[in-house]
Amino acid sequence: MGSIRDRVAIVGMACTNFGEHWDKGTDDLLIESSTGAVASAGITLDDVEAYWLGTMGSGVSGLTLSRVLRLENKPVTRLENMCATGSEALRNASYAVASGAYDVAMAIGVEKLKDSGFSGLVSAPLPSDGTLPEVTAPAKFSLLAPAYAAKYGVDEAELKDVLTRIAWKNHYNGARNTRAQFRKEVSKETINAAAKIAGMLGVFDCSGVSDGSAAAIVVRAEDAHRYTDKPLYVKGLSFVAGPARGNIDPAYDFTTFPEVVAAATDAYRQAGVTDPRAELAMAEVHDCFTPTELVLMEDLGFAERGTAWKEVLAGSFDLDGELPVNPDGGLKAFGHPIGASGLRMMFECWLQLRGEAPEERRIASVDAGRTLGLTHNLGGQPGECVSFVSVVGTELS
Amino acid sequence: MTQGLTGYGAYLPHHRLKRSEIAAALGEGGGKGTRAVASFDEDATSMGVEAARIALRGAPTPARVLFATANPPYLDKTNANVIHAALGLDASVLAIDVVGSTRSGIGAVVLATETTTPTLAVVADVRTGLPGGADERDGGDAAAAFVFGGDGPVLADVLAQASATQEFLDRWRLPGAPASRVWEERFGEHAYGPLADAAFAAALKQADLTPADVDVLIVAGTHGRAVKSFAGGAGVAKVADDLTTAIGNTGTAHAGVVLADMLDRAEPGQTIALVVLADGATAIVLRTTDAIATRRSSPSVAQQVEHGDDSLRYTTFLTWRGLLTREPPRRPDPTGPAAPPSLRTEHYKYGFVGSTCTECGTIHLPPVRVCVNCKAIDHMTAAPMADVQGRIVTYTVDRLAYSLSPPVVAAVVDFDGGGRFSCELADVDPATVRIGDRVEMTFRRIVTAGGIHNYFWKARKVEEV
Repeated sequence: MGSIRDRVAIVGMACTNFGEHWDKGTDDLLIESSTGAVASAGITLDDVEAYWLGTMGSGVSGLTLSRVLRLENKPVTRLENMCATGSEALRNASYAVASGAYDVAMAIGVEKLKDSGFSGLVSAPLPSDGTLPEVTAPAKFSLLAPAYAAKYGVDEAELKDVLTRIAWKNHYNGARNTRAQFRKEVSKETINAAAKIAGMLGVFDCSGVSDGSAAAIVVRAEDAHRYTDKPLYVKGLSFVAGPARGNIDPAYDFTTFPEVVAAATDAYRQAGVTDPRAELAMAEVHDCFTPTELVLMEDLGFAERGTAWKEVLAGSFDLDGELPVNPDGGLKAFGHPIGASGLRMMFECWLQLRGEAPEERRIASVDAGRTLGLTHNLGGQPGECVSFVSVVGTELS
Repeated sequence: MTQGLTGYGAYLPHHRLKRSEIAAALGEGGGKGTRAVASFDEDATSMGVEAARIALRGAPTPARVLFATANPPYLDKTNANVIHAALGLDASVLAIDVVGSTRSGIGAVVLATETTTPTLAVVADVRTGLPGGADERDGGDAAAAFVFGGDGPVLADVLAQASATQEFLDRWRLPGAPASRVWEERFGEHAYGPLADAAFAAALKQADLTPADVDVLIVAGTHGRAVKSFAGGAGVAKVADDLTTAIGNTGTAHAGVVLADMLDRAEPGQTIALVVLADGATAIVLRTTDAIATRRSSPSVAQQVEHGDDSLRYTTFLTWRGLLTREPPRRPDPTGPAAPPSLRTEHYKYGFVGSTCTECGTIHLPPVRVCVNCKAIDHMTAAPMADVQGRIVTYTVDRLAYSLSPPVVAAVVDFDGGGRFSCELADVDPATVRIGDRVEMTFRRIVTAGGIHNYFWKARKVEEV
């Protein structure tokens, strides 16, 4: 199987503040991230030869970007892959550059969620036979919690403490991030006491619904130093769409995302990572809901099966833990503008691995010599999802 | 020439409203006992499906379906087709509605006895009334179903049937009106008396019987006073409990429900007379056979009466019936099903038929063409799953999802013998759900959106002994 390792590099990035941007439209967000990204790379929009625009529902076709930036007949591909949309933009831009078709490409993601008038995610349903259950996203992901508790003999009250600690940790990190939607620490008592909205989940167990955009400039690895002294090399990119087996096959037990395991295995192979817990400096994972982050710790190989709940309680994934997870606050505190999230995760790798993260949330693992970061998305629900995993690093191997 | 009874069953919804709840809320009215209440996701059609499923267990497959209700979910469009589809009947089976009046219930049964092909008569009703009124208090919701003719043992022979028809104004409703209107009560008693006497006498004469030969008399009708008056003077020693204290008067369905209850209890060789007072009178005389002892409906009417859940709040009842408009969740309005995909998946959507891979045996819900396990393409056979039970693998209580009766309880169900399905739980107290709970499938009206009723299946808990 092939590999993207060290073929391309990210040489410029930008990310808007995430939040309820009542005063900004999709166009404003796109202008801010795209101009920020080219400035970061020391180039202009004219230097970008092709664009990949990820958005789940804030526009269709490449015109969504070209109209805003008044691009003169440039190739702009608009793509969507649920919550992995932003990462898909980066993946496709990377392949285009690696192929030699373009020298400089931009991956850009955007989502404008707060114009709908509803607090959660809203999308127009496809015409259907009306047989799909009308269950909300938090309810779908809440299915993980009782299944995990039952399988590993964790008392449900104890598991609630685990979930609360994940939310607490991500809020703690987000409080140290000026771009985050939620920039205050939240006490465990407050998190625990929130009214339940689905299963064991309260409002603090859910990611923020926000507007935002992020962008990256991708060039061939050998060209990277023309743009920056500190490029971020792409070590592995993997994306999978699962067979949607879990809601049909009784073998699935709702304590894992097989799609994530598959994507991680492939990305680690490309990157040459054999012990992610020991080798990665940090990970940005798709903590759409707190049980998701718990299960991901095992699916991504950061903890043995059945032990992630103990590792969470022990603080292994805290900002000062052995492997910091979501040091920027994650979807939980940074917010989750769907199309932008994957690139937002990459932006934190960009800051942390290159030593540019603000002092108050800088992770120690980089200074200790670790050079690799991971980003991860999943879209869908337990049982049927798409998943993306990337590994990036500051050193060529 | 009439056909014998070859199958029967009744369906009572899970919920009961204590009549005292009405008085507690309104400060007046109410009364003793309970009334059966169709859940927010039920209507006459969905309850009719449930009754027909019970009636058809062990009965001949019908060649005709008659559906009678005074509360049809659709006009213009045939509601019986939903029942036809849910039962998985062949396209050659005629399905028609006999709707509008409560009299249509007994009419459908009479017609079913007189056809020459096996015929299923389904009778159902959701009785409405304005808050505080007698119809709200005394009404009830239920369905019953009867199969006449076809191969298989006859459970009861139809000895005679006779009717008396006259045009008069007792109870009526203009299309779209939320409740019925009735003329002065004493007038109805005057009008019904002679009609009931005439029909009953004619039926007995046909059967060469006297009132004293009748083992049990069932009298039903929406005019309570006339019903009581006729029952008291008919000369039959034993009059059946009309169940109104426990479930209310279920209108179009009522004679059927009480008949099913009597059949549940009848000994072989018993003579049962049924007299229905509704815009005239109709009498039917049946005699049970030896086969009745071996083919009771399950669950029985008595079991369903006993298992009613009377924790329903009056305000919830009003909400379900559209008489109390509650603040909806801040979510987009639900959308109705689209016609073409619903047609393509008719066997699944209405009949809950999945597919089984003939290469590896994997069961798929919904049915698919490509096996999720062995990837074989188009090696599938039909997997009827509506009557298969399963167990809850995991579940959640969704307090955000749109529902007329939040919260939504959703569960992943693994069926006995294979197959997994995620769906809503019906008639459930969220606090009682546990992993491992046993469930069965039930046909429901999931939602009405965009003027379209969305019928599909939910799971409901099965009491385990």
